[in-house]
Amino acid sequence: MPDEVKAPAPVERRVAALEQAFEERNLIPAGFIDDFAHIAQEDWVPVNGAKVVARAWTDPDFRRRLLENGKAAVMELGFTMPEHHKHLVVLENTPSLQNVICCTLCSCTAFTIIGLPPGWYKDFEYRSRVARQSRTVLREMGLDLPDEVEIKVWDTTTDTRYMVLPVQPPETVGRPEDKLAEIVTKESMIGVARLEPPYR
Amino acid sequence: MDGVHDLGGKQGFGPVRCASSRTAFKAAWEPRANALYSLGVRLGLINMDEYRHSIERMEPRHYLSASYYERSLTGFTTLCVEKGIVSQEELERLAEGLFPLSLPSAEGRLNAMPRESFAVGDRVRVKNEFVSGHVRMPGYIRGKWGVVVGISPPYPFPDASAHNLQSQDERPYDVSFRTEDLWPQAADQATVHVGVFESYLERAR
Repeated sequence: MPDEVKAPAPVERRVAALEQAFEERNLIPAGFIDDFAHIAQEDWVPVNGAKVVARAWTDPDFRRRLLENGKAAVMELGFTMPEHHKHLVVLENTPSLQNVICCTLCSCTAFTIIGLPPGWYKDFEYRSRVARQSRTVLREMGLDLPDEVEIKVWDTTTDTRYMVLPVQPPETVGRPEDKLAEIVTKESMIGVARLEPPYR
Repeated sequence: MDGVHDLGGKQGFGPVRCASSRTAFKAAWEPRANALYSLGVRLGLINMDEYRHSIERMEPRHYLSASYYERSLTGFTTLCVEKGIVSQEELERLAEGLFPLSLPSAEGRLNAMPRESFAVGDRVRVKNEFVSGHVRMPGYIRGKWGVVVGISPPYPFPDASAHNLQSQDERPYDVSFRTEDLWPQAADQATVHVGVFESYLERAR
């Protein structure tokens, strides 16, 4: 008789089992799990990147520093990146150039700056198709680029991180920095959307 | 390794389901799983390269059917078992059911010796190498020509670091490839930029 194939324990019970095993070894500092969940949901948010973008739109010197050394520039604004993310490359979109970021091998992002990746970024559809069928995938996601717009895809295969600096909508020039930050979306910093009215 | 995780350019997947999950976490266990892995990094139990490789080593059917955070949990737990921090039996007793882990690792490898350094603008070729351990060269660039457009600071060499082998840190280069070179007549026209470690590259002749 073949061995009976048993189903795995539900994943939440597996997580709880590992957590309990760690607890029994006193490996978990008090409050660590809840604090981490809070940080992940409250601190690693796209509002950070939106503030970086708004500053770059309104301060040409900052924009230059951001494009030269992204990590140093975001740290000026008080944002942090994990130690192993040694470098942040900021990719400047123009009316005739669309940069798009992805991670085909896993799901790497500059999560402390542009937020934890959305579900679709980690899904196999985006990972498998965006490098090879960029224009088609962008169109399916609602961004129908004219043929004359060049597309550059950036595959995050090392601990260097990338973010897209979206084009500032012309009608928003002159607005205060904090109002500009409100219109910048996570999708625009991944490069699968451009910023157009109506703004979120 | 040429695993199912190496998805770039694979055909057959449908449209991106962008509306399906916009939030970072969908269930209460997901940030807890993420926190445990993060604690493992913070305590120095694991490095990022062995973590990524532990996920790639998942049994392919499990990899393809698991969610992102289940993959993270499976990889991290595999490393905890392999390092003797916990045992699979204990975890299965606590979980009151099976706790599937990743499959064993093949051997790692050291940096290429000697290696060439490159400058922005150099035309390079990705070596035609097949690596059974961890590697951060997506299969779609193997043997392909591209142009260096950026240089990153040195990082631990993933092929060694994922297997806890001592190695030299080395620089990855952002290399620009044309999709018509990667998938002739079967891709949208664009350039694809990949971070490629020095050991994976040779000068295009």
